[in-house]
Amino acid sequence: MNLEFTPEEIAFRDEVRAFFREALPDDLRRKMINREHLEKDDTVRWQRILNARGWAVTHWPVAYGGQPWTPAQRYIFQEEMALAHAPEGSPFNVNMIGPVLCRFGTDEQKRRFLAATANIDIWWCQGFSEPGAGSDLASLKTSAVRDGDHYVLNGQKIWTTQAQHADWMFGLFRTDNSGRKQQGITFLLLDMRTPGITVRPIETIDGGHDANEVFFDDVRVPVANVVGEEGKGWDVAKHLLGSERSGIARIGLSKERLSQLRSLERRLAAEGVLTPAERERLAFKLAEVEVELRALELTQLRVVSADAHGGGANAAASILKVKGTEMQQRMTELVLELAGPAGLATAGHDWLAAAAPFYFTMRKVSIFGGSNEIQKNIIAKTMLGL
Amino acid sequence: MDFELTDEQKMLSETVTRFVAETYDFLKREHALRSADGWSREAWAALAEMGLLGLPFAEEDGGFGGSGVEMMLIMEALGRGLMVEPYFATVVLAGGVLRHGASAAQRGAIVPGLIAGERILALAHDEAGQARHTLAARTSARPSGDGWIIDGAKIAVIHGRSADTLIVSATTGEGLGLFLVDAKADGVAIEAARGYDGVPVASVRLNGVAVGADALVGGAGGGAAILERSFDEARAALAAEAVGAMAETLDVTVDYLKTRQQFGVAIGSFQALQHRAVDMLMQVELSRSMAVLAALSLDGDEDQRRRNIAAAKAQIGKSGRMVGQDAVQMHGAIGITAEYKVGHAFKRLTAIDALLGDRDHHLTRLVELGGVYPAE
Ligand SMILES: Cc1cc2nc3c(=O)[nH]c(=O)nc-3n(C[C@H](O)[C@H](O)[C@H](O)COP(=O)(O)OP(=O)(O)OC[C@H]3O[C@@H](n4cnc5c(N)ncnc54)[C@H](O)[C@@H]3O)c2cc1C
Repeated sequence: MNLEFTPEEIAFRDEVRAFFREALPDDLRRKMINREHLEKDDTVRWQRILNARGWAVTHWPVAYGGQPWTPAQRYIFQEEMALAHAPEGSPFNVNMIGPVLCRFGTDEQKRRFLAATANIDIWWCQGFSEPGAGSDLASLKTSAVRDGDHYVLNGQKIWTTQAQHADWMFGLFRTDNSGRKQQGITFLLLDMRTPGITVRPIETIDGGHDANEVFFDDVRVPVANVVGEEGKGWDVAKHLLGSERSGIARIGLSKERLSQLRSLERRLAAEGVLTPAERERLAFKLAEVEVELRALELTQLRVVSADAHGGGANAAASILKVKGTEMQQRMTELVLELAGPAGLATAGHDWLAAAAPFYFTMRKVSIFGGSNEIQKNIIAKTMLGL
Repeated sequence: MDFELTDEQKMLSETVTRFVAETYDFLKREHALRSADGWSREAWAALAEMGLLGLPFAEEDGGFGGSGVEMMLIMEALGRGLMVEPYFATVVLAGGVLRHGASAAQRGAIVPGLIAGERILALAHDEAGQARHTLAARTSARPSGDGWIIDGAKIAVIHGRSADTLIVSATTGEGLGLFLVDAKADGVAIEAARGYDGVPVASVRLNGVAVGADALVGGAGGGAAILERSFDEARAALAAEAVGAMAETLDVTVDYLKTRQQFGVAIGSFQALQHRAVDMLMQVELSRSMAVLAALSLDGDEDQRRRNIAAAKAQIGKSGRMVGQDAVQMHGAIGITAEYKVGHAFKRLTAIDALLGDRDHHLTRLVELGGVYPAE
């Protein structure tokens, strides 16, 4: 066992670090540091810069644009990206539909979509959840009825992030009602400009608009847009949810936030806002968070390298999701505490003004991607045999 | 020992609770938030009509001489409705300064208009770059002729934009002074913002603002003591408001657990969620007990009052956070939408923790005071 980086790994880190330093536009870096809302164009611009370097979709198979990196290299890359204050690419493109198409797509689908997805020439959204189907996703009802070489879609999706910007949706639709509820679900790709689709915004408590309702009224989708087989969409979805979860711990992000928390703390101390007693208390809390973050980081590394050696790491991804999201939330909680009453007003582009919206919006990470309760059910079942 | 409410107190509680439920549902609140003021003048007039604005003021000032318990009952009811009207800012916080510091003449000039709902007051004390929850201020007041000239800047002034009269803290050379300042006076600039909990806040700049000698509340160095007393009263009120917001949050959540179906059953049948709801209930009850303690401590021994209020504020800070977070979590995605009440209660509970000293602040205070229980 050895936790030190090899000279090759250090050289790799330096290369990545230098690239981020030069390639990340200043305005984007500033936005990230100030916790400003990223526009669609910001994400697109950055992902294209990464893609030009061959680093937009590093965990896809090499044949489709991925990188043959070791787990250590992947870890270094993720961490450097966060520490450089670089935004993440679109998760729907990079972590969800891309890997699914690499694995289940037809040759035609791969040709048509993969390069465009890596470069965000297509902006994807995820149409899984419905008003009656959240944690119990398999009880979804939105129907796709075969009509010649098309399906006709009717029903409603909800919580569809970024649907207002999306060019295409990947979603789950019911093509058959007769068997178990996991059967008869079909994974479809659809052009958001198809007639019969209505997108309605949902405002969230941080004051933002990311989520939407999407209504389908006799929407016609070509049969060629099925991913995998008709009625076998559940297997495709499980694969997708697995890769959605494994990226969700975001330890690099938590580390970056920790270092920002420290600089905010120094600033407030210099301004005379923090008393010595408050500083001492905060130092203790930060130490506590650091210990847990380090433990989580090493656990992630153990999981990742077990993966590399062919070990089973399914439920471990759930551990990372639960703990990782708890850490992210804890971090925003500490920032909010630091802000105090000065953080009441949410106007302005400043860490203090962003503290509350950031805290409120981060409550979502323990809900989406399979809620933390559902993850614990999975862990109890598969790791404890309960 | 007696935890029973008197018949009058029960009636007060029921009346206000019913008033809030019947006239201030969630849609009404949304409507108020979107109006130009950011709160409802109509609801305010109704509170005035019910006599609630005068509750804590002495009878000779036109009030009802209500005690901490009556204040607790009202604040709990307002908390259930997440009311954003300036009750806390005007009646509790600025009103507290008037009750504990103002002369009979000052009270006579201001309190009747306040009680009638015609005059809004706000306390401007917090400053950027100052330690939080300090009783000191950098804003200065220097004598000039018969009166004073005030210079400085204030932040997080609750309902500052709507205020007709500001109570401004400033160092006078003799210590901290509190000054009545007309919001429209020359040299006063008010920049409004929306607080994350929906309650409007403002930054106030005072640039050579001239006030008369009669603007000084208490002595030129008496402000800190007045504020300290008023802040404790305000903390007790916040504790009660938090209990109302938590109780409402718990009710809405339990209702949701019983109705939301997943996996073919109500999600309330999952033990993981049952236990969380039970934990929430326990936090609500512990908070309620501490709100009672806080309310009953206001007129007692000063040292004991400080300990009790700090303990209460520390408890509701923790409980409010937990209840808010758990409620959002158990609602799933709907919990973080703006169209649902729970998310707003969560935000108000978050703000209540941040106001007048958060949990950590009060735990530290308790350590300094020698703990909750006085030494033998
Ligand atoms: C900000 C945000 C963005 C989202 N974006 C998308 C998107 O782009 N596309 C998409 O398809 N979906 C999206 N979602 C939806 C997300 O996947 C669902 O919110 C999630 O699956 C939970 O479903 P639900 O909200 O209906 O909660 P419910 O399933 O109703 O759950 C309510 C509560 O009950 C708990 N619970 C449920 N079942 C159990 C059980 N068996 N044991 C213990 N506890 C249980 C849950 O953990 C939760 O606390 C998004 C959600 C959010 C919050």
